[in-house]
Amino acid sequence: MQSIVCVKRVPDSETRVRIAPSGDSLDASGVKYVLNPYDEYAIEEALQRKEQAGEGSVTVMTVGSEKSAETLRSAIALGADEAVLLQAEESNDGLVVAHALAEEIRGRPFDLLLFGKQAIDDDNMQVPQMVAELLELPCVTVVVDLSIEGSRATARREVEGGHEVVEFSLPAVISAQKGLNTPRRPNLKGIMAAKKKPLEQKAVDLPASGLELVALSEPPPRPAARIVGEGPDAVSELVRLLQQEAKVL
Amino acid sequence: MADILVFAETRAGALRGVAREATSTGSRIAAESGAGVHALVIGGPGVAQAAASLAEHGAERIFVAEGAELAQYSPDAAVRTVAKLHGQHDYAAILFPASAQGKDLAPRVAARLGRALATEVTAISTENGELVVERPMYAGKAYGRFRFKGSPALVSLRPNVFPVEQRPAAGALEPVSVPAGEERICVTEIEASERAALDVREADVVVAGGRGLQSAENWSVLEDLVESLGDEATLGASRAVVDAGWRPHGEQVGQTGKVVSPSLYFAVGISGAIQHLAGMRTAKVIVAINRDREAPIFNVADYGIVGDALEIVPRLAEEVRAARAARG
Ligand SMILES: Cc1cc2nc3c(=O)[nH]c(=O)nc-3n(C[C@H](O)[C@H](O)[C@H](O)COP(=O)(O)OP(=O)(O)OC[C@H]3O[C@@H](n4cnc5c(N)ncnc54)[C@H](O)[C@@H]3O)c2cc1C
Ligand SMILES: Nc1ncnc2c1ncn2[C@@H]1O[C@H](COP(=O)(O)O)[C@@H](O)[C@H]1O
Repeated sequence: MQSIVCVKRVPDSETRVRIAPSGDSLDASGVKYVLNPYDEYAIEEALQRKEQAGEGSVTVMTVGSEKSAETLRSAIALGADEAVLLQAEESNDGLVVAHALAEEIRGRPFDLLLFGKQAIDDDNMQVPQMVAELLELPCVTVVVDLSIEGSRATARREVEGGHEVVEFSLPAVISAQKGLNTPRRPNLKGIMAAKKKPLEQKAVDLPASGLELVALSEPPPRPAARIVGEGPDAVSELVRLLQQEAKVL
Repeated sequence: MADILVFAETRAGALRGVAREATSTGSRIAAESGAGVHALVIGGPGVAQAAASLAEHGAERIFVAEGAELAQYSPDAAVRTVAKLHGQHDYAAILFPASAQGKDLAPRVAARLGRALATEVTAISTENGELVVERPMYAGKAYGRFRFKGSPALVSLRPNVFPVEQRPAAGALEPVSVPAGEERICVTEIEASERAALDVREADVVVAGGRGLQSAENWSVLEDLVESLGDEATLGASRAVVDAGWRPHGEQVGQTGKVVSPSLYFAVGISGAIQHLAGMRTAKVIVAINRDREAPIFNVADYGIVGDALEIVPRLAEEVRAARAARG
């Protein structure tokens, strides 16, 4: 089983977001960067498929700055065989990134092309479906369960109030949701082995974006709560406030 | 500005609430520049009947693709149909709901048309004839304001944010055929979760519980509060209780769960970790019930009660019932 996994370097979810003085980017000082959490499920799925088949490969790929090499190394440390860094400026526009990925992936052999369902910085939920459309491949998003028999596959994807069961054939694009598997943690052996595995790096030109970021702002602050009281005795006053002041009951 | 197309999602033959929200919003923006809004409805036999009501929210033309083979969501068929309509009408913008289906579909359309997409938009307006949108990023810790360069501007709208408005329009139903092509994936079944409850993203009132409830069994008190609040209320959960196996992942609110914007959100026994806040800080009114007066949840809540949830929630359910009964 051959898989390609697209991954992204993102600020850790604990990050306190501060807007840079320019007003259109994040203040990167003091921010810790990690592998996008949903991409961990995508990597794990690729590793397990290769292990079960007893043959195959796992290639990890990213579009990003030189700093993304570190993210690729952490994916290799988990067990990926090789990595490709498509060096370019960051873009908030999913289509721009999708074009660069599709260009590189076209012509490479694979059974599964895996993504996280969402990058936790731009929260776009776009790149997997866009790459699939550009490569004219079957695509199932937000997958929590995947079974493969030969070249046929069935996936369960999360929808409001339940799951959709989807059938398709390989090669295909999958975007991973939490629950798909339990991602492994890196171990020392993997980290040492990672140093010897290939990391290809090349500059790519991104197409022009159809979106212009005008400004980034902090969400409007919410004033601290009015403590209505303590214990069950405060309930009557709370209900009164919800009815008469907030008018939500 | 040219006309706007709204992808009006249906489920099991009925229009989704967000389809009305999107049509109302599309109509409002189109009206600013004298343009009109069209709606596209795709679904199984009988869906045209549901589609007709979009005229109340401003749809001037309602395109309906109806057929047994369209009863389940088919992204490829939807992409081809949207692309065909755009080919005929050269839309200024195409609006999708930011629902499970809309978020799956919109990027496919964007790639097909070669146009940028803004996901989960919470504000939309025109400036000098160009569409400007605002959307949460970094799990709602920041808002990005974006201007579209060129058309069509592709946008998915966050459910429960935009109002449903009465804007009567002509709304003639027009059948539209799905262009022939390959269906690369096939939805064979929809499994409803055990409690066929309202999804936490669509509910008007969310009662969310955290580790402070102390056990899965204690959820009965939250269920009773939900029931007291009526049909528009549902349960939510923190990640701690989902990880503990007390609640299903579908109920999780937060960065790795769902982002909700109900009118009323109860955070019961939830500390208010930054990743939880990411999922609910845009609720209109937040009530926190927590034993710890210093819990960070009180920093974002509107109203708080300090104390033991297991004592407070049953009383709350009782008084909500009484208040709602008195109101009639
Ligand atoms: C990458 C990442 C993603 C995450 N995503 C999410 C997410 O999507 N959603 C999410 O919720 N979390 C998420 N988390 C986890 C988050 O950091 C917190 O651990 C979690 O939200 C805590 O859940 P809790 O508030 O239920 O539990 P706790 O933090 O343990 O809080 C329990 C609260 O209950 C109160 N309490 C105790 N007993 C009582 C009582 N009898 N009556 C009233 N109050 C009582 C306590 O004072 C306390 O405030 C994520 C974490 C990471 C690292
Ligand atoms: N710059 C990037 N390089 C490689 N993969 C990416 C990049 N951005 C997003 N992805 C992939 O697409 C998924 C969804 O991202 P997004 O559409 O940005 O929310 C991520 O989980 C990654 O798997």
